[in-house]
Amino acid sequence: MTRFIVTRLLQVVLVLAVMSFVIYGLIGLMPGDPIDQMLTADPHLTAADAARLKALYGLDRPLGERYLAWAKAALSGDLGYSRLYAKPAVAALLPRLANTTILMLSSFVLSLAIALPLAAAAARRPGSAVDIAANLLSFAGASIPSFWFALLLILVFAVALGWLPAGGIATIGDGGIADRARHLVLPVTTLTVASIGTYLRFARAATIEALRQDYARTARAKGASETRVLWGHAFRNALVPVITVVALSFGSLFSGALITETMFAYPGMGKLIYDAILGNDFNLALAGLLFATLLVLLSNLAADIAYAAADPRISYR
Amino acid sequence: MSAALADPAPSRWRRAFAVPQAALSAGVLALLCLAVALAPLIALLLGVDAHKVDLYQRLAAPSLHHPLGTDELGRDLLLRLLEGGRVSLLVGLSAAPAAAAIGTAIGLVAGYRGGRIDAALMRLTDGVIALPLLPLLVVLAAIDLRKLGLPAWLVQSDAVSLYRIVVLVSLVSWTTVARLVRGATLSLRAQDFVRAALALGAAPSRIMLVHILPNLASAIIVATTLSVGQMILLESVLSFLGLGIEPPLPSWGNMLTGAQETIGLAPQLALYPGLLIFVTVIACNFLGDALQEALDPRSQRR
Repeated sequence: MTRFIVTRLLQVVLVLAVMSFVIYGLIGLMPGDPIDQMLTADPHLTAADAARLKALYGLDRPLGERYLAWAKAALSGDLGYSRLYAKPAVAALLPRLANTTILMLSSFVLSLAIALPLAAAAARRPGSAVDIAANLLSFAGASIPSFWFALLLILVFAVALGWLPAGGIATIGDGGIADRARHLVLPVTTLTVASIGTYLRFARAATIEALRQDYARTARAKGASETRVLWGHAFRNALVPVITVVALSFGSLFSGALITETMFAYPGMGKLIYDAILGNDFNLALAGLLFATLLVLLSNLAADIAYAAADPRISYR
Repeated sequence: MSAALADPAPSRWRRAFAVPQAALSAGVLALLCLAVALAPLIALLLGVDAHKVDLYQRLAAPSLHHPLGTDELGRDLLLRLLEGGRVSLLVGLSAAPAAAAIGTAIGLVAGYRGGRIDAALMRLTDGVIALPLLPLLVVLAAIDLRKLGLPAWLVQSDAVSLYRIVVLVSLVSWTTVARLVRGATLSLRAQDFVRAALALGAAPSRIMLVHILPNLASAIIVATTLSVGQMILLESVLSFLGLGIEPPLPSWGNMLTGAQETIGLAPQLALYPGLLIFVTVIACNFLGDALQEALDPRSQRR
């Protein structure tokens, strides 16, 4: 197990290194460069000044050389300075990381807490009203554009009814737990609806499959009630394939978080990355994307370890 | 059930449309395509120009002239919706096959070649699936094509903003098909007809394209149908974020960009485009699901 975790961690590092190079290259292709920004900020700069600055910052050197210089600084903890926030990129990033984790974790737990029991109930009686409702929910969740759903929630609950705040993370001057929770309701609902469909479909299919297995029939033959067969025998086995789907879903969960945070002006990583890209804050965009990738890769790894723990037949050498 | 299994292939397709929601979805999609295609005719009948800005007619109520009213710049909402639908459907219908083609190529090579090539390609696929794709798409969409040496007039044209979004969404959406095709290729590779072809001296490319690919056609078609909806969703979110289809060319996504500001004043501007996206995507998903059930011999209607 330890060996498995170490190998996977090494893979995470490798993927991160590759991604950092790819993202570094892509960001270099975004409109403008730091010197352009200095030129617009200071009209007295001449073309000769610009060229000298370019050489000073090493912007005239080839991509590989620039990347290595960046990577060397990054490894010593220096991810550059954020233009938008006027502080080191890491300092701008870390509070956002906590906010995003709260948002993603709440809706992750909520969607599993709804999807798993609902899927089991649907699998127990295929074709029943519960099954049809679950099916509709998963289709609707997978098909609704989440930015539009967020817009509808704002329209109904913030504009028309005035029950909940339309955005932000806390009321200025308040910021207690109840206030924070009120600000989380709409974003978490949006993200949950966006991610629940996949879990629901896979958990239902896996449970139906498990209920058909020989061990389920054996349990029935021994006189176990259908409820016991479902919860004691089939459901736990059905969880194993579901964990695989969950492991692969963190990337799209983060994508959903980007939309949700942008819609509700929630100060998280997704919104940070979006703002940084639109605001030509190259250092921050790069750092944000790398942290997001790391967050997702580590979540995948955690799910893989849970997979091994849930299924005793799997042994990792 | 046994009778259904013995049925020849064409009736399986028919079986898919026997499911009420699939027939309904196909009808809705056909209707949407028709309406979108007839947009110029409708414009002619109403005597309205879809692109004409009329600031005296801002946010006008529905009338005979403007059946759904006008938007914040006084343009006819119905025609904008139809024009936007043309763009959104076009992106969905061209990106889905493009992504399927990439996925099929990768899946075929990985499954047929096996060994190291397979391992490398599948690692790549798993990596792409696990990544947070939307932030990466935002970066890709923000790239300045002039830095890649394309002339400015080309970069700023409507056609490029359209092609670019098709390329972008298909670049990140090939993974499902790749895994599907690889799995099927692995099992087909071991079958006698493939070994017979091999023994007769057929080249690997011929075996892949002539002997294996046709057997995968229905599975690929199903996966492509299912992905059309995803493509439309991706296009809409990118356009909504201001990184996809550039206004004044409308798409259902970018029509919602300004809606957040006018939502208190004119909620209908926020309502219609999103509703059309939702209906289109759910119809694609229902249709794809019904096709999958009908064409997969292992799945039984429960």
